[in-house]
Formats: sequence, structure tokens, C-alpha cells
Amino acid sequence: MSKNPWRRFAGKAGSGLIAAAAMLGIAGIGASKAEDTFKIGVVTFLSGGAAESFGVPAWNGGKLLIDMLNKGGVLPAPYDKKGFGGMMIDAIPVDEAGGATKQVQEFRNLVQREKVDTVLGYVSSGDCLAIPPVADELKAFTILYDCGTPRVFEEGSYEYVFRTAAHAAMDNISLAKYMKSRGIKVETFAGINQDYAWGQDSWADFVASMSNLSPDAKAGTALFPKIFAGQYGTEISALIRERADVVHSSLWGGDLQAFVLQAGPRGLFERSQVAFAAGDHVIPQLGNKMPDGTIIGARGMNGLAAKAHATELTNILWEAYEKEYGTFPVQAPFRMWQGILGLKSAVEKAMEANGGKKPSDEELAAAMKGLEWEAPSGKIQMVLGDGHQAIQPNAIGTTKWDTATNKMTLIDIEYYAAECVNPPNGIKAVDWIKAGFPGAKCD
Amino acid sequence: MELLAYILVDGLIYGAWLFIVSVGLTLVFGVLNILNLAHGSLYAIGAYAAASAVGAYFALGGDAFPLGSYVAMIGGAAIVALVLGPLLERGLLRHFYDRDHVIIVLVTYGVFLILEDVMKLIWGVTPLFVSEPYSLLGNVELGPLYYVAYDFLVIAVAILVGLVVWFTLNRTRRGKVVLAVIHDREMSQTMGVNVDRVFMVSFVAGVFLAALGGALTAPMISVSPGIGVNVIIIAFAVVIIGGLGSIEGAAIGAVFVGIARAASVHLLPEAELFIIYLVMAGVLVFRPEGLFQKTQARKI
Amino acid sequence: MSFARSVPVACVLALAVLVAIGLMLPEWAMFLTTMAFAKGMVALGIVCLMRAGLVSFGQGLYFCIGAYVSGLMANWTGITDIFLLSALGIVAAAIVAAVFGPLLATYRGIFFAMLTLSLSMILYGFLSKLSVLGGTDGLNVMAPTFLGYAPEGRALGLALYVFTCTIVVVAGGLIRVFFDSEHGLIALAIRDNELRVEYLGASVRNEIAISYVMAAILGSLGGVIAGLAIGHVDPEFSYWTTSGEFVFVAILSGYVSIGAVFISSVVLEVVRSFSNLYFPNTWQLSLGIFLLVVILLLPNGLGSLLSRLKRKKRSS
Repeated sequence: MSKNPWRRFAGKAGSGLIAAAAMLGIAGIGASKAEDTFKIGVVTFLSGGAAESFGVPAWNGGKLLIDMLNKGGVLPAPYDKKGFGGMMIDAIPVDEAGGATKQVQEFRNLVQREKVDTVLGYVSSGDCLAIPPVADELKAFTILYDCGTPRVFEEGSYEYVFRTAAHAAMDNISLAKYMKSRGIKVETFAGINQDYAWGQDSWADFVASMSNLSPDAKAGTALFPKIFAGQYGTEISALIRERADVVHSSLWGGDLQAFVLQAGPRGLFERSQVAFAAGDHVIPQLGNKMPDGTIIGARGMNGLAAKAHATELTNILWEAYEKEYGTFPVQAPFRMWQGILGLKSAVEKAMEANGGKKPSDEELAAAMKGLEWEAPSGKIQMVLGDGHQAIQPNAIGTTKWDTATNKMTLIDIEYYAAECVNPPNGIKAVDWIKAGFPGAKCD
Repeated sequence: MELLAYILVDGLIYGAWLFIVSVGLTLVFGVLNILNLAHGSLYAIGAYAAASAVGAYFALGGDAFPLGSYVAMIGGAAIVALVLGPLLERGLLRHFYDRDHVIIVLVTYGVFLILEDVMKLIWGVTPLFVSEPYSLLGNVELGPLYYVAYDFLVIAVAILVGLVVWFTLNRTRRGKVVLAVIHDREMSQTMGVNVDRVFMVSFVAGVFLAALGGALTAPMISVSPGIGVNVIIIAFAVVIIGGLGSIEGAAIGAVFVGIARAASVHLLPEAELFIIYLVMAGVLVFRPEGLFQKTQARKI
Repeated sequence: MSFARSVPVACVLALAVLVAIGLMLPEWAMFLTTMAFAKGMVALGIVCLMRAGLVSFGQGLYFCIGAYVSGLMANWTGITDIFLLSALGIVAAAIVAAVFGPLLATYRGIFFAMLTLSLSMILYGFLSKLSVLGGTDGLNVMAPTFLGYAPEGRALGLALYVFTCTIVVVAGGLIRVFFDSEHGLIALAIRDNELRVEYLGASVRNEIAISYVMAAILGSLGGVIAGLAIGHVDPEFSYWTTSGEFVFVAILSGYVSIGAVFISSVVLEVVRSFSNLYFPNTWQLSLGIFLLVVILLLPNGLGSLLSRLKRKKRSS
């Protein structure tokens, strides 16, 4: 081999050229924007720990709804029109696993290479924080459909980015309200939440809400196991030893299932009233292993609480989902549905305004701002973040196993209006809680 | 005093579990000199296999004799070891023994990526539940605290595993052959030891221990995608604390980490995320190659 | 042609070619290449260590330090100039590496790999805990400026790309000179047999510490570029799987050719990006198989393939 470095560099430059040429060739594959189809990039977890509880059920629900819309006339008005304003919907699923760095890259690829009309996605809060600046930079209309952190529109403002689900503050505000209105004894309460932003924020919101609504209640031990820890023996001992009246938890997915399986036999549920802020999605898997009398939220009026309040729209989707997948839909598909239906409403509103052409990103953003629409999870209103962040009604219930049908049911469900558990525009959720919920409209 | 007892019991239960999931890693490293990044995936596959086996056992009328489900669990782990062990060792790793250490680590990283998706292809993403074996033995009351008897079964299994591995290595002829290979691979080969076979048997044993860890955990958790990823890091930490390749080290390391973690949860819950790394850093500062690593002779 | 003169000439030529390519690339490919080059910088650091027979499984540590230092500086002090941020990244990494380098230089093989890994994981745990820095969700970073020039949209992408190429070429050139210098050759000798090197009178520990600091600086520069390009930094930068990827690129390229490092990095990014899109459910599987095939077929990395091709051309 030559010792002359120039030759090596020449070699490098040459092969670089080949690589670049190959990439240019690949670039040609990227589809162009067709007028009669509306292309969505759907980004959600298809692998890893959040796939089973959020990503896959959401995408299952999404597929189902998109097929229905493409067929046309299956759903009641205003969703009876075919596709999005007559355009066929073409959805490309992308795996969200791999962290925010990778997602920013994939987002660019979706927008610039695959030329999707909209990206709809993101369960992880980290991804939801990383994507919006890029979306604005590329002027790409983007919907965040699932993630919970309030930081997205409280710390920033974006023109092309919308979140069609309420942020997480309402989950814990509603829980605290439920404790009070149901007269549950709370002299002390403890918490077990995962050690990352979601768990830390949930606990902070719950503590703040409790200190406002039930100032006598004392916050005790706050445990923060690592996410995906799976082993909770030690934590359960600490909770039992603590004997708090209420145990609060925002655990989800496999962690929540493992916690229930391990805490059940050890009698935690008999000693303390346990409340799961986002717990509805493990009911289909756990069945009667979820103890009776557990307080459960669903991050919105989703799942069993939505069924108890069902409209025609809810029933059609519910039955189709049960038939297709053999289990009832929990919160994840509900949030996917409200995202897709919101997108449909925005596209059709924009087409009304521009004379029936396929809307541009700017037209879509204008149409989505401040939009209201009906979803299986109730009325969704884009109110916060100057019309970019949704609020939605919430529901909390208590589990009761129905021995006659061998199904888990929710009893004592309380419904909360969107304006009752979400802050008004312009005030941060944390400040709103601390100030004692000024301007809340509860009926 | 009472608190101390809880910390001890909780720490021992967790430590026992840690030992089972990490002893296979240290065994494989000791004998084959391979740091197996796919160890966590093998743990996860063991959990899936055990869940399937227990499910099948009850479906085939195992209700009459529920204790048999423990046999089914271990059987599931054994099948994983007997299928995947030879496949990975003979089919893949063998081709890299003469290559750099790090290349083999990278190969196992590739295996980890592949197995993560293969699990999804075989079992899907719907979680499996087999909690029957967990509640089968009832509860143990310890003061005001309930423990599930199964937790103590895990301690018993950990002790048994430790003793069997130690006894096999130190008190049997075959074990001494393995020790000879650990000490000097080339020299043992010239003395007529079938190193290939020692490697394969040891690797299969390592896979079995990983799968056994998963199998024992399966009844306590929902077996779903991604459960293996975290186990790798925890197992690494234990093995590094104990000294790579040392069985006694893994045992001490596991108990050490278990008790440190239990103390942190009961006394200072804020530090839980840190504690394992703190212990690791602390040990490494004073004993750079782990608690039980012997200094190795440098060869010219 | 002498070394001193030919390297600058080659650098200028390489830069011209890269920029010309950049002007032709669609935006997504330009971004992909920028990211690949940023990660390639980290991998180049690992290659430095590999020449001395060591592999660091924790270069995510410096990747993360670079990203956080530049991100926090930009957010807290309003300094957005990319040259200044890069300089700060270099300084931070050099300080940290100067502390750990001499300590790590006594370790070899898997112990070196695992110690570096645990250092990066400690940073990961630390950052995850600090809610001031955004905790696990990380924080967004402002777009960089270039000596007062504040581009937007495609111009920003292009400016970043050109900056990255410049850094890559300059660093590549300097490292080439280093590799062929006395120190660089001693490193290779350590790889073969370190006792002999010591008997010849050179300090193995010093050589390794020097390589380690260089690797840290390269890693930090990669982190600065990646953080600014993505516009978001999070503790994941320091996670062990991130470091694993860098090692993969380094192994894929081998330790002979510098150009091969960056080409491998681009290849990996392209493979990952397309497998993620076309096999959303089995992209890890395809990536794993790709990895195994490469290790199996190219025992000495992509660099060996390039030099083999060259040799063939000459003999025919």
C-alpha cells in the first residue's frame, strides 16, 4: 500500500463521490406529492417497552380508522366523507424506538424524502420536545398525538405543530378531585413513579393538586424506581411499611403490570387505596388480577369510561376494534382516533376555504388553530398554546370485577369537563394548580 | 431494628435474583473470554419460553398438579439453552475466537439486535402472563410485612445455582478441566483437553443460567418486548463489581448491590437510580478489576 | 512530495469535493451526511485508541459533553457562534479527559472498555436526574450562527454541512499527520506488544493518555455538531447503545484509513434510515444482520477493502 497520504485522500474523495452518487440515486425514489392521496407518516413505538401498551394498540386503532375512512360512509356525520375530503389516506408507519436524535433524523426523511403531507406521531415526551423546532424549520404541518409533557407549548410556541391530546397535568388534577369528591380518607399519601420526566412531573402535579384541594393530607415517601425496572419487591416493602392511606402511581405498561402482580399477593391493595393515574390500558391484559376498588384514570375520557358515555361514533369504532383484535380499545387507540379525526376536520376545513384543492402546510395550520371536533373521547378543543394544544374531558373510575360476565368494569365514574381540569390559555399548568385553579369551569 | 430486617430481607431477595441473572454472564466471560451483550435477550427469551411452557402445562390439564408448573418453567429454560446455545456458539461465535475481543463483543451486540426482533416475530407484542407459579406457595408473614413465599424460593434457587456451579468447577474432574482452560487455553489444548467442547458446554450453561433467570422472573412480571435491555446493564454492573469471570465475585456483588439498593429505597429513595453506579464506581476506585479479580501475568 | 505539503493539498481537494457533493445533495441527505460525519468524528476518536489496541465503549461520554456544553452555553449565555461553541466543547472534553485519561491508561482490553462504559453511564444517570437540565427529556438548542452569519432553512443546513466538512477534513488531516508521526507509530507498536515498547524507552501510559485525550476532543466536536444540527440534546447521547454504535463504525472502518471512518458512518446511517422506513417492525433485525455480515466478510474493516481494491488496480 502506498505511503503517500495524497493517494489515500484521493481514494477517500473518490469513494465519497460514489457514496454521494448512490445517495442521489436513492433520492430519486422518494415519491412526489400526489394530488389524490394524502400521505401521513405515523410515528409510534413498534418495538421496545412502550410498544405493547401504547404504540401497537394505537397503530392498530389507526389502521382500522383509516380503512374505514378510505371506504367512506362507515362513520356518522361529519366523518362520513371518503378519506380526507375525498383524498385517499396513505399511512406509512415508522418505529419511534431509538431516541430523540434518531427521530429528528427520521422526521426530516419523512418530510423531505418521503414527502409526506403530515407527520402524526410521538408517544415519548423527549421526542415531542425535539421535533417541533425542526417541524417549524421545515414548515411541515405536524401533529403530536400522544405525549404528555406540558413543556411543549409552555416553553415554546410553534406555528406548524399541534398536539391533539391534553397534556398530563389534568390526569393528576382529576385524581386529586376524585379523592375529594368521593370522600376518600387521605391523611397521608405516598407515591411510586418511574424515575424520568413523566413520573417526576406526575408526582409533582399530584402533590401540588392535593395540597390545594386537601391541604391536611401529608405527602409521604416518594419512590422513583428506574423505568423498565420490573422488580418492585423492595419498593412494595417500603410502601407497606409506610401505611399511607393512598398510594399514587403513574406507572404504565409492563412496569404497571409487574407492580400489580407483585403488590397484589403482598396485600398492598388492602392496606392502602391505590390510584393509577394512567392505569386503564393494562385492564385487558390483567383481567381480574387488577384488584377491585383501585382508582384508575385513562388520560382522558378513554377506554371503559368512554364506553359508558358512548356515542354512535364510539360504538362503531369500539365494536370494530373488538372484532378485529379480540380485545377492547384502551387509551392509546382513542388518542390515535382523536388525532386522525382532528386531522380530517382540519383538512376538510382548509379545503372548504381554498376551493377544494389539497391544502398546503400553511392552510392546514390555519385550519387547525383553535379547531374543535367530536371524537370518541369527547369534544376536543384546541385552546392552549394559542390554539395549538388540545384540552379534553377526563374521567376517573374505580375497578370492579363483574363475575357474571367475567369482565372488568368501572364503577363510580366521575366525569370532568375539559375546562375544569385544564388551565386556561396563557398560564402554565403548574402555576395554575398552585394558584388554586383560577377560572376553572366545573359543572 | 425492624427497618434493618426489612432492608436485609428485601436486599437478599433482590440480590438473589441479581445473582441468577448475572452468574451466566460471568461464567461465559471466565471460560470463553466473551462479554455477551446478548445475555439480556437470552434472559428475555427464557422468560417467554417459560411463560409459554407454563401456559401449555396448564392448558394440558396441569391444574391437577400445579407444582409441576415449576418443572415446566425450568424445562422452558432448558429448551432455550439447548437450542440457542449450540446454535450461537457453533454457528456464530466460533468463527470469531481468533479475532479481537471487541469484535466478539460487537458480534454479540448484533445478536442482541437480531434476537430483540426475533422475539417479536415469535411471540408478538401482546404480553404473556403466568402468575400462577408466583402465588402457588402462598405468603410468608414477617412481622407486619407479607412476603410471597416465591421470593424465598428465588433465594433458594440462587444458593443452589451458586453451589452447583462452584462444586462443578472446583470439585469435579470436568470442572477442573474447565478451570485449566480458563487459566491457559493453549496449554490445556496441548495437554489434550478438548477446548472446543469445553467452550460449547460452558456457553450452553451460560445461556441456561440467563434463561433460568428469565424463567424465574416470568411469573412476577408481564412478559413483553424490551424486558431484556435493562437486565444487561444491571448484570454488567454486578459482574464488574464482583470481578469479571469470578463466580464468588458475582455472588458477593449481587448481595452487595441488592442490600445497597434496598437501603436506598427505604432510607433515601431519591438516590435509587444512582446507587448501582455509585457502588460500581466505589469498588472500581479501590479494586480496579473488581472484588475478586486476580491480577493477570503480562506476557511478552 | 513531502508529507507536510501533500496533506494540506489533499485536505483542500477533499473539502472541495465534499462541498461540491453537498451542493448537489437533497436536504435530507445533506442532514444525514452532516450527522454521519459528526458521529464519524467520534468513531475517529475510537480509531485513535484502536491503533493502541484499546476500544472505548463509552465515547458517548464526550459526545454528550460536547452536546450539552454547547447547548447549555447557547441557551444560558446566548453564545451561538459555532466556532466558539466548538472551542468550548474541546476545552471541556480536554479537561475531563485529562482527569480520567491517566487513570484509564493503566487498564487494558475489556476492563478499559467497561470502565469507559460505566463513566458514560454515570453521566447518563446524572443528567437524567437533573430536572434543571430537562431531565430525561433533554432540552432544545438554538440554531448556531457562523461568525455573525445567521442562516435559516436550507442555508442553515448547508452552512452546517460545510462547517462539518471543514472540521472533518482538518481533523482528518491532523490525525493523518499524527498517525504517521513518531507518537502515532508508537501507538501501533503498543498494539503489537507493549512490553517491548517500554523496553525501547517509550512510556506506554503517556501514549495511551495522549490518544485518549485526542479521542475525547474528537468525540466532543462530534457532539457539538450533532447537538446543534438536531437542535435537541438529551441524556441518551451518553447511553451505552449510542457508544456501541460508534464502536461499530470504528470496527466497520478498520484502523488504517481515515476516509473509511466517514464512509462507514455514512453507510451505517443510510442502512439504518432505510431499514427503519421499509422494515418498521424488523429494522433491528436487518441492522443486526448487516452488522454480522460486515464483520464476517470484512475482517479488517472497510479500510482494508479500499486498500485491497487499490492494490488490485495497480497489479492489473
